[in-house]
Amino acid sequence: MANITLEEVAHVALLARLQLTDEEIAHFTPQIDQILGHFLRLQALDTTDVPATSHAIGMTNVFRDDVARPSLSTEEVVANAPDAENGLFIVPRIVGDAPDV
Amino acid sequence: MSELTDLTAHELADLVQAGETSWVEVTEAHLSRIASVEERVRAFVTTTPDLARQAALHADTAGDPYSPLCGVPGALKDNMATRGIRTTCSSKILGDWKPPYSATVASRLAGAGMALLGKTNMDEFAMGSSTENSGLFVTRNPWNPNHVPGGSSGGSAAAVAAGEAVFALGSDTGGSIRQPAAFCGIVGMKPTYGRVSRYGLVAFGSSLDQIGPLTKDVRDCALVMNVLAGHDPLDATSVPLDVPDYTQALREDVRGLRIGRPTEYYGEGSQPAVRDAVDAALAYFEDRGAEIVEVSLPHTEYALPVYYLLAPSEASSNLARYDGVRYGYRTPGDVDMTEMFLKTRDEGFGPEVKRRIMLGTYALSAGYYDAYYKKAQQVRTLIARDFARAWEQVDVLVTPSVPTVAFEFGAKTENPLEMYLNDLYTIPTNLAGLPAVSVPCGFSAEGLPVGLQVIGRHFAEETLLRVAYTYERGTEWHRARPSG
Repeated sequence: MANITLEEVAHVALLARLQLTDEEIAHFTPQIDQILGHFLRLQALDTTDVPATSHAIGMTNVFRDDVARPSLSTEEVVANAPDAENGLFIVPRIVGDAPDV
Repeated sequence: MSELTDLTAHELADLVQAGETSWVEVTEAHLSRIASVEERVRAFVTTTPDLARQAALHADTAGDPYSPLCGVPGALKDNMATRGIRTTCSSKILGDWKPPYSATVASRLAGAGMALLGKTNMDEFAMGSSTENSGLFVTRNPWNPNHVPGGSSGGSAAAVAAGEAVFALGSDTGGSIRQPAAFCGIVGMKPTYGRVSRYGLVAFGSSLDQIGPLTKDVRDCALVMNVLAGHDPLDATSVPLDVPDYTQALREDVRGLRIGRPTEYYGEGSQPAVRDAVDAALAYFEDRGAEIVEVSLPHTEYALPVYYLLAPSEASSNLARYDGVRYGYRTPGDVDMTEMFLKTRDEGFGPEVKRRIMLGTYALSAGYYDAYYKKAQQVRTLIARDFARAWEQVDVLVTPSVPTVAFEFGAKTENPLEMYLNDLYTIPTNLAGLPAVSVPCGFSAEGLPVGLQVIGRHFAEETLLRVAYTYERGTEWHRARPSG
């Protein structure tokens, strides 16, 4: 087992912006613990001097000419938004009222 | 004449050219088939009958007779963007998203004249092996409705096996084309990473995802590959290599070919029916002049942990974009910004997607990155080196596609780790970026299909097609159709 605690799972859920209920955290914790525990076997392998693979074919630095191309219209971009107005996405207020001076 | 819905794309094209049927008639036959079996199979999330009819009529009246897919009714997995047509990834969080652009594969197939029948069901965001993780509904195996069709491209595989579509596209991150192809008794190819554009494919594990065809036989696989393959400036990971005519690879000839039998894929984990069918296939190849060579891929046992660390890590990053702001679902009610993110994502994602986002976020978080993510990337290198060493001895590897035949609904839903183990034989090729194809090679005692996997070197799709075609020419498995 990887000894994952309820608190760690709750913390990771917050990092991932998932509002999990206590029941969900209680459900996920042993599963994640079992899965990560199973994966600890990787630690037994000696990977000294083994490079990390992030791309299976090994392509690097794909360039193209920096030329302007047509893009989507604002109308198309906001067409799927849950809430939009005048070509802008409407979101809940982020900043509070300006303090009185 | 067989039922039109039993036939392959090239068989249908022959009939149309001979004047024995028309693409309109072929398309109507498939729409009727959908109407009659969909209640039982449930392969489609969305159907687009008007589009299909329009394309079929165009094929009959003004189509390009030299385009082999012109007029052919096909389907797309619902994680491929289709301009103006709802694309859900079988997730509530995408809601009724109508993409403002099309995936390159969708544009290429439309350009080739395909009659689009609709979009197929899948495990949510392609995370799963059974369609049981679909946020919408499950798809049933046409061979036995109590069994899963496999996943995540389960809707695509079931649609083709049930005669609802002549062919379909799937995407394969750890086996999601090959495993459902094996479970549904059809052909499924995962091309080399970079061979087919991923532009417009909703991202899951970007270093692993690859789009490919699900078809009724190997010739159709080659025909669809001819349309899909090729460089796309819109996908920086697509490879600028020339594309061969894959149908030229369809030769019945494996003389002198060195076929590797990787010991690690023939262990106790496989069901006897699977082992027997694959052993018989190896004997077939030997009879036809191939040399069978025992090889070892010693790091195979580590592929599963590597995959289930890397794919969720990439997914946790890719799925950060679902925030309820620009498209898809947003939690109702008056909430502040952080609460909106938290609730939107909690209500929009299903349990398996949450589990993988959690795993990935954990593996990437401070203090665990080196132990999990970086370690997994290093072991990924060791797995790729195993294959590189095998290619010094052999031309292809032949293995079971999946350790088992299609399992029953609910058999693995309680234990995620057990579900993950079903991908044991398909995952290593994604990690190494290799091409692989699954072809039907038999049936279990209870009548469920078994799949044979052929794995090749990078960009050796032609060799895979030649081996698969040689096998198909001497067997009848690919002609079997589920009853009903």
